[in-house]
Amino acid sequence: MIWRASGFRAWLLQRLSAVYMALFIGMFVLHLVLDAPSSYQEWRTWMALPFITVTASIFFAALLIHAWVGLRDVIIDYVHPLGMRFVLLALVAAGLLAMGLWVLRILMMGGAA
Amino acid sequence: MINKMVKNIKRPIFMDLLRIRMPVVAVLSFAHRVAGMMLCLLIPFVIYLLDLSLRNAQGYAEALAILASPPVKFVAVMLLWGFSHHLLAGIRFLLIDADIGVERDSARRSAWFINVGGLIVPVIALWVLL
Repeated sequence: MIWRASGFRAWLLQRLSAVYMALFIGMFVLHLVLDAPSSYQEWRTWMALPFITVTASIFFAALLIHAWVGLRDVIIDYVHPLGMRFVLLALVAAGLLAMGLWVLRILMMGGAA
Repeated sequence: MINKMVKNIKRPIFMDLLRIRMPVVAVLSFAHRVAGMMLCLLIPFVIYLLDLSLRNAQGYAEALAILASPPVKFVAVMLLWGFSHHLLAGIRFLLIDADIGVERDSARRSAWFINVGGLIVPVIALWVLL
């Protein structure tokens, strides 16, 4: 199998990120159902727990990778003119990257405060 | 091979979506994509709410107020369709990767179950909200 050209890496990333996100969302919803934060202090303290900061950071990384692979598939399938395709892919990549930096800053500040 | 494909670029293309018979599995696959794109649009709003809620006590109250406002609740119900369909169809794809439910009959049955089930979840949510 040709690793780079076969699409195997994208296929694998899509599935690994999907499984991780399903587990994280399940954990998050379970927490909200069983022990919902009742105040700002409680919410911030919970988000600042090292376990939550780390797993939430991985969650957003998985989310953005998952979005990238999915949107890339859609753009490649439906946008045929190469110039247009390149512009759209670049815009999506820039947007996702910006969101990644934004959320990283939020999570790191939450941990420091 | 590639040369052949390029030469054949003027092949007849029939794309009348209303006259193509869409098998239930195709509907599932298409809905999975539509739901995925909807969920992508949601990402910046989720990050914004997270940002707001962690800033200070006032931001936390604002974020909760935004989540509780009727128009946001309405959009949330639609997104709930996207989320439940995308999650269920995704689990179905993973099971098919693991060789479970590949047979045509069971693949069709699970596709029906998810296309309908994905609609039932937001209907229940709407019922609870109203």
